[in-house]
Amino acid sequence: MPVDSYTFLPRLIAAFYQMVEVESELPIPWTSLSRPLSESKFGLVTSGGLFHKVSQPPFDLERERAEPTWGDPTYRIIPSSIRQDEIGVSHLHINPCWAESDFNILLPINRFQDLIDQGGIGALAEHHFSFMGYQGYPPDTSSWRELYGPQVASKFLSEGVNCVLLTPS
Amino acid sequence: MPVLARTLEAAGLSTIMVTPMPCWAEKIGVPRTLAVAFPFGQTLGQPGNPAQQMEVILLALKTLAELDAPGGVVHASAVWPQPVKGAVKDWQPAEASPIVQEMAPQIRSLMRQRRDSMRSRAKPD
Repeated sequence: MPVDSYTFLPRLIAAFYQMVEVESELPIPWTSLSRPLSESKFGLVTSGGLFHKVSQPPFDLERERAEPTWGDPTYRIIPSSIRQDEIGVSHLHINPCWAESDFNILLPINRFQDLIDQGGIGALAEHHFSFMGYQGYPPDTSSWRELYGPQVASKFLSEGVNCVLLTPS
Repeated sequence: MPVLARTLEAAGLSTIMVTPMPCWAEKIGVPRTLAVAFPFGQTLGQPGNPAQQMEVILLALKTLAELDAPGGVVHASAVWPQPVKGAVKDWQPAEASPIVQEMAPQIRSLMRQRRDSMRSRAKPD
């Protein structure tokens, strides 16, 4: 059975999302898998608002509170060595408590380390990337497209990453 | 996030996006998508449930390996192990986001218009 995008949305937020206009962009880019998963190196990207609370500032939620049509487009670099007690979540559109108790539900570093041990994948990047999903109303993703997305791609490619798993939030 | 998937893919990376909102992935056009009927902010499963998380991740990897054309969407059959009503409450922040607070009157007005329109269509001539 197809997944219903609106199952977990209260009526008010469902109506809000239905007001958000998005346009199709063709053609859809495509990069064929260059090697088997067991030889592939993975990077992880989330838009769950995760940050390294010991060394990084949270996303700019104060500006979003003052300017509700704006969302912070920057990203935070999350090392594979991060511990749960070092993770903070700054995101005004989800309950942060769940990822604060287990970041693997959005940035599955420990699960991918398990997969390396099991031979399911080849390797995991040293660094992963966290964005905050709300990009304003109407959404403005130009910084992601033109600046931050290419930066993340460049950093992954320089580490030899060939596959990326993304988890929106 | 569809924009990030597209940007990374265009740069030469093979991507797989796991999302509870496949409608946006389909509309915008994402290279490869795994749709999951899970609450927002818990895309890969419940905290402290590594078996459930791994099940979704393995399906994501299978999707990544098997889809052979751009725009493919696979729908996971996994069921969230909590009643929907409670899950809807649990994923939301303690207070509505600033944009939803600001736009609530406009959204409610739109909802009323839709409801009235449906009622008038349902009335017999």
